[in-house]
Amino acid sequence: MAAEKRTYFPTGWLPYLLVAPQLAITLVFFMWPAGQAMWQSMLLQNAFGTNVQFVWFDNFKELFADPRYLASFRTTAEFSLLVAVSGIGVGLLLAACCDYVLRGAKLYQTLVIWPYAVAPAVAAVLWSFIFAPSLGLATYLLKAWFGYDWNYLLYSGQAMTLVVIASTWRQISYNFLFFLAGLQSIPRSLTEAAAIDGAGPVKRFATIVFPLLSPTTFFLLVVNVVYAFFETFGVIDASTQGGPIEATQILVYKVYRDGFQGLDLSGSAAQSVVLMAIVISLTVIQFRYIERRVQY
Amino acid sequence: MRNKLFAVLLGLGLASASPAYAVTEIQLWHAFTSTNNDQINLIAKEFNESQSEYKVVPVFKGGYADTMSAGIAAYRAHNAPDILQVFEVGTATMMAAKGAILPVYKLMQETGNRLDMSAFLPAVASYYSDQQGRPISMPFNSSTPVFYYNKEAFKKAGIDPNNPPKTWDDVAIDAAKIKGTGAATCAFTTAWDVWIQLETMSAWDNVQFATLDNGFGGLGAKLTFNNPTMVNHVALLGQMAKDGRFTYAGRTTEPEATFYSGNCAMLTTSSAAYGIIKAHAKFDFGVSELPYDAEAPGAPQNTIIGGASLWVFSGKSKEKYQGIAKFFQFLSSPKIQARWHQVTGYVPITKAGYELTKQEGYYEKNPGTDIAVKELLLKNPTKMSKGVRLGYMPQIRNVIDEELEAVWTGKKSAKAALDEAVQRGDALLRKFQRENR
Repeated sequence: MAAEKRTYFPTGWLPYLLVAPQLAITLVFFMWPAGQAMWQSMLLQNAFGTNVQFVWFDNFKELFADPRYLASFRTTAEFSLLVAVSGIGVGLLLAACCDYVLRGAKLYQTLVIWPYAVAPAVAAVLWSFIFAPSLGLATYLLKAWFGYDWNYLLYSGQAMTLVVIASTWRQISYNFLFFLAGLQSIPRSLTEAAAIDGAGPVKRFATIVFPLLSPTTFFLLVVNVVYAFFETFGVIDASTQGGPIEATQILVYKVYRDGFQGLDLSGSAAQSVVLMAIVISLTVIQFRYIERRVQY
Repeated sequence: MRNKLFAVLLGLGLASASPAYAVTEIQLWHAFTSTNNDQINLIAKEFNESQSEYKVVPVFKGGYADTMSAGIAAYRAHNAPDILQVFEVGTATMMAAKGAILPVYKLMQETGNRLDMSAFLPAVASYYSDQQGRPISMPFNSSTPVFYYNKEAFKKAGIDPNNPPKTWDDVAIDAAKIKGTGAATCAFTTAWDVWIQLETMSAWDNVQFATLDNGFGGLGAKLTFNNPTMVNHVALLGQMAKDGRFTYAGRTTEPEATFYSGNCAMLTTSSAAYGIIKAHAKFDFGVSELPYDAEAPGAPQNTIIGGASLWVFSGKSKEKYQGIAKFFQFLSSPKIQARWHQVTGYVPITKAGYELTKQEGYYEKNPGTDIAVKELLLKNPTKMSKGVRLGYMPQIRNVIDEELEAVWTGKKSAKAALDEAVQRGDALLRKFQRENR
């Protein structure tokens, strides 16, 4: 850290000119809509905007007085944790296996990375077809082999399981890539020395490899949580649509459902402002605490 | 050489631009897919060929909710389409948007055209009219719930396949027979549970869904569907769900697949599902009138419609309005309505369209396809059976769906769930009232 080199350019205007396009994009596509959302969150208006009243923080008061909104926070936390933990766990396991095998590693790598090319909405449609209560293949097999009654449109736990699987499936590839890169950067000499001392593959992994991977794991944790928060919209929209009984209604989906389907623009704007606050704090956490520990 | 090319280009430009001077283009945004999409394109084509002044251009905009959002967003950006198709649950929102919409009766007055509302089916016309009975939007694709049953499963269970259940108690008894004999793995299921089991059943049993004539009378309406008749009905379905006679398979059209795959022996869904069921069912099935509550006085009354209507935006040119009026007249002509009805499974919105279909012998060839119209025409609509017209209706449906799912899974009693749904729905109605003060 102490030995960082710094280069100074004496010209005053050049840096500003170079960042100007990026600044313009940020202002037009990020700051302006964000400002609009904040302004709208303090208005009460009908869908057509023909009747607009300024109501200060009434929309927020209403939001936080609604037990269902608070429940959506819990659902989001549960969902993100499940997606992040299972995605990271499986990704790490596959990466470790792939790093361990000698023959065909390239083939395994390609196969595991493949799902990442599938768009979230397409992944959700695939999974919800397989698990469809009326026609799904998995539904049929579960019933025929185990006598298990699968109906994710009715049972909350099954719905959550389905959206977690569909969201995680794709993210496993991403996690796998980072873990594989992390594993390959661990010096062979360390693991070989441990092997000579008599440590088996599991012990080597637990005491040497995993601790050395911790920066990667931290980084992936944040990325996966952000993914679960904001990018799983397509998965939920294409499968459960937030149901049953709001069991899979995560915050992002609620913004869409109230704003675009329900045309409650003011309530939806207030929700997006809350979401914005969450993104900002997640980003701050990432940069302040985690970014520092990651060694590239 | 360059001049020649320029002349050719200019000529081409003029040739392609010149018709635009004469023809007034009318944009129609809709949510139709597959057969329905082909039909709306066909109707527009026929209208465009029938005269040379106007050209209706149908544009597909996604699902119902997407189409409505797109239309509203376009209006807010001062770029609204001329005609927008809006699903029936969006009606209250559209009506509350004073100034954004040109009511159809005014459109007809201003352009010197006529639309005879008495020619329409009363249940269709009244839904899209104001308190004075004047049409606000142009009724279009309308359907109503009917009862479908698997005749082969009925035979296996020892039930007369020509005597489908008339009341909900009959449904419960037949369902027990079907389950008991193993005639089908699933006895009964319902699509659109809120629209059919609460909104339509309230009209069919002639009980109130909300005060102020189910919301037709103003924005101050309060929900009342937690009345004893509806609580009993939901409790019966809850009991059937508990002992396996009712299988819940989703909020909208998902349950239809469980019927035509042969799993479920009985189904309530839209009359517009006839086509898809006929195409997929590999067994003999029957269509009959929706069951009613035997204890409800006056039941069966009449069913209510679902579907969509066409809305005209304000601030367009006189020529456009003249064209729209002519298009609406064309759309409601018996020939168009009869074909629309026969091909899509929606009901004909005019009585003449129904009569023409009858004369053509269509109902004899396709038994059961007239049930929907018969249900709608059964009696003259009362204040309780004109339909439900409330603000934030899409959300209210979601709320009721969530509460019903709690009943189907045995988490809540029917009474507790409906009470909670009323309370949550009323909060939405008050918000809508504040927004449109």
